[in-house]
Amino acid sequence: MSMSKDEIFTNVQMVLVEALGADEDEITENASLTADLGAESIDFLDIVFRLEKAFSTDDAPFKISQGELFPENLMENDDWVSDGKFTESGLAMLKDRMPHIDFSKFSADPDLGKVADLITVSSLVTFVSNKLESAAA
Amino acid sequence: MRWMWIDQIIEFEPEKRMVAVKSVSLSEEHLHDHFPATDSLDAQPLMPATLIIEGMAQTAGILVGSVNGFTEKVILAKIARARIEADVFPGQSIRFDATIERIDAGGASTTGTIERRTDEINDEGWEPIGCIDLMFSHIDQNMAGVEFPEHNFVFSDNFKQILHSSGLEHLVR
Repeated sequence: MSMSKDEIFTNVQMVLVEALGADEDEITENASLTADLGAESIDFLDIVFRLEKAFSTDDAPFKISQGELFPENLMENDDWVSDGKFTESGLAMLKDRMPHIDFSKFSADPDLGKVADLITVSSLVTFVSNKLESAAA
Repeated sequence: MRWMWIDQIIEFEPEKRMVAVKSVSLSEEHLHDHFPATDSLDAQPLMPATLIIEGMAQTAGILVGSVNGFTEKVILAKIARARIEADVFPGQSIRFDATIERIDAGGASTTGTIERRTDEINDEGWEPIGCIDLMFSHIDQNMAGVEFPEHNFVFSDNFKQILHSSGLEHLVR
């Protein structure tokens, strides 16, 4: 499926309107799903299901694996999190598994409680765009 | 009173669809509080919309639970959409028609329609009165890794009784 960033943004916006009950004008590129749009953990599953539906075609199903958008059970690994902060290897894991997220400011204070706030509308657009590109390659 | 808001499962397509019915009776205590008479108005007993949503949650929740033989703890996590356009009164019946839209290890989303049957409609006729879409979480697979008791406290004896009376007890693993 070939889609411009604008088309992907419009579809992502629609998904977030339905999943979070947010107004279209609240869903700006830099809006954080949790901090600005009020998303809770179950909303991420809802968003994943709706993204799959919005970007699937008969020829190319758009399937998001569990933990692909946002890694799960982060606290279970002591190498990744210590005293509520991500360690060097934890940060490296995040950057590796979440290439759609901008970690530039987060690295200064890698607080576990704030990692979900990093998922913005723009990062969802990048996530979808990356997946569509790699499926087409 | 038991927290059961469906009486019987009448249709079941494995991993796909479940239909349940409930007859609304004036013997149900809550109807007399919803709504009681006031100085200026007569009593107006009608089925609370919140409990219609609960009926759909029980129908869709059993459907979702049946996919894994009721080994997962299936919890209603979100009411994605609920629209109910007509009241249901004592003497009428409600039909909950639930379909799984998507299910994976983390949970499931379902869509559903609500219909009612009144004396004015023949035995075959049900009148659509709304739709309810829900999200369920398999709570042992929650993102935060929080642990819950091992026994399945969601699918209790009440649910097993409904499965038994609907001829579906074989679904429990």
